[in-house]
Amino acid sequence: MATQRVRIRRSTPPFNPSEAPEEPEELLEITLRVNGTEHDLEVPGRRLLSDALRHDLGLTGTHVGCEHGVCGACTVLVDGRPSRSCLMFAATAQGHEITTVEGLARPDGTLGPVQQAFVECHGLQCGFCTPGFLTTITAYLEENPDPTQEEAREAIAGNLCRCTGYQNIVRSVCRAAELRREGEQQ
Amino acid sequence: MKPAPFVYHAPRELEEALGLLAEHGHEGKVLAGGQSLVPVLNMRLAAPAHLVDINRLPGLDRVEVTDDAVRVGALVRHADLLAHEGAAAAQPLLRQALRHVAHPVIRNRGTVVGSLAHADPSGELPAILAITDGSVQLRSRGGERTLSCQEFFVGPMECAVEPEELAVVAVFGRFPAGTRTAFTETARRHGDYAVAGTALALRVEDGRATLARVSYVSVTEVPAVLDLVPTLEGHDLGTPGAAADRALQDALADAVAAFVEPGDDIHASADYRRHLAVVQTTRLLAELLGSTAATTEEN
Ligand SMILES: Cc1cc2nc3c(=O)[nH]c(=O)nc-3n(C[C@H](O)[C@H](O)[C@H](O)COP(=O)(O)OP(=O)(O)OC[C@H]3O[C@@H](n4cnc5c(N)ncnc54)[C@H](O)[C@@H]3O)c2cc1C
Ligand code: FES
Ligand code: FES
Repeated sequence: MATQRVRIRRSTPPFNPSEAPEEPEELLEITLRVNGTEHDLEVPGRRLLSDALRHDLGLTGTHVGCEHGVCGACTVLVDGRPSRSCLMFAATAQGHEITTVEGLARPDGTLGPVQQAFVECHGLQCGFCTPGFLTTITAYLEENPDPTQEEAREAIAGNLCRCTGYQNIVRSVCRAAELRREGEQQ
Repeated sequence: MKPAPFVYHAPRELEEALGLLAEHGHEGKVLAGGQSLVPVLNMRLAAPAHLVDINRLPGLDRVEVTDDAVRVGALVRHADLLAHEGAAAAQPLLRQALRHVAHPVIRNRGTVVGSLAHADPSGELPAILAITDGSVQLRSRGGERTLSCQEFFVGPMECAVEPEELAVVAVFGRFPAGTRTAFTETARRHGDYAVAGTALALRVEDGRATLARVSYVSVTEVPAVLDLVPTLEGHDLGTPGAAADRALQDALADAVAAFVEPGDDIHASADYRRHLAVVQTTRLLAELLGSTAATTEEN
């Protein structure tokens, strides 16, 4: 995929203005490679990767629930490995390949197998947790392309969903595995 | 919430990192995988002025298996060590315990050494460092020193790393050939910290235990090892069903209950934790005496 470069130059305000330090905060110039596109941006060292994606890059597909690693809504792929973007600083992510839920569609813009499976199996209700499930499961199926129901359940154990009762998410994992295999056969 | 402002440093060489720690260590923190530190920063339970991110340092991501140890560099993630076949063969307790550390996604970034530096009595790896009689190598601009496990863990959430020091390698010891090992824990939910956890290493020759070490998760303030050889003395471990022997079970229960020092919290009472430690130890012993494999994979 040809690399586009996007330049963003803006001095981002601190999250809570009442806590703004007396001195303007030092900004770091970093380059983030997200879904194949490089973005140059200026962020304070404390900018979480989740916030850089959402606020600086406008990629609001990555959701933020707990900000302490428990809920999994913010999970993105870092060099293909699922990681909590709320527990990583944007500056640390520089030099790595980040994939967000926006990057899971097929090149022609149609839904990827995991996304498609969630649609077919009603794997979501409110959808808040969904981006984290989609990224986690996408990486999991690379490792284990043919999981049992039990393995599928284990694979999603680190992500919290308030709505679905998980049954349909487990079904979605198995269906996504099927779709992937069918895709390979074509 | 968001972290308070800090100056972010991303050294590319070890010497540079040690220089930064010498300069800022007292008002700063090392950032490795961030799986324990960043939640603390996000909740503003800590607000260090400087952060030294070690993720770009070369050479710290190696696992090395030697005749007597498994040496794990400061940037080796839990997931990497879990997948390392050589390490699992040399010290099976590593893999047996690592599967219980959080969820795979947390293991992808959290480091083994960071977990030791964090010194959480509910962490699995401190107990493994203890039972394997391991040590941690520390570097500072002034030089290098190696701390034994006993010297390293000072108290709950407290280790002996000085602000200007970086823990560079964790050294887990190996057991003599023929030693069997097992790990188990009880958690309220899959992937949560253990309410109680137990690691056991056992070597039986001619019906007698020549090595019997046990260490615990979440029931001792600092990782410590209980030597069970005296407790097992006088019991013939070679006979089938030896572990079911009432006298042996009572002796074991007394030794374990006297050794652990659990506390009460919202998850469990001290009594329940002590009970779990006793039951887990008894079960692991039965499992190892019954198993013929050199190691036991459990869950
Ligand atoms: C949802 C969730 C569940 C978890 N469950 C578990 C669990 O079940 N069991 C468990 O053991 N852990 C668990 N953890 C914690 C986590 O896995 C470990 O504590 C973590 O891996 C620590 O390593 P790190 O590299 O992320 O350290 P960091 O968070 O980067 O650092 C932790 C501390 O160690 C210091 N430090 C790190 N590396 C060094 C070094 N090389 N030299 C000197 N100081 C250093 C830091 O300054 C900091 O004080 C969980 C975390 C989360 C978010
Ligand atoms: S927002 Fe990152 S895990 Fe909940
Ligand atoms: S679909 Fe609503 S939280 Fe999962």
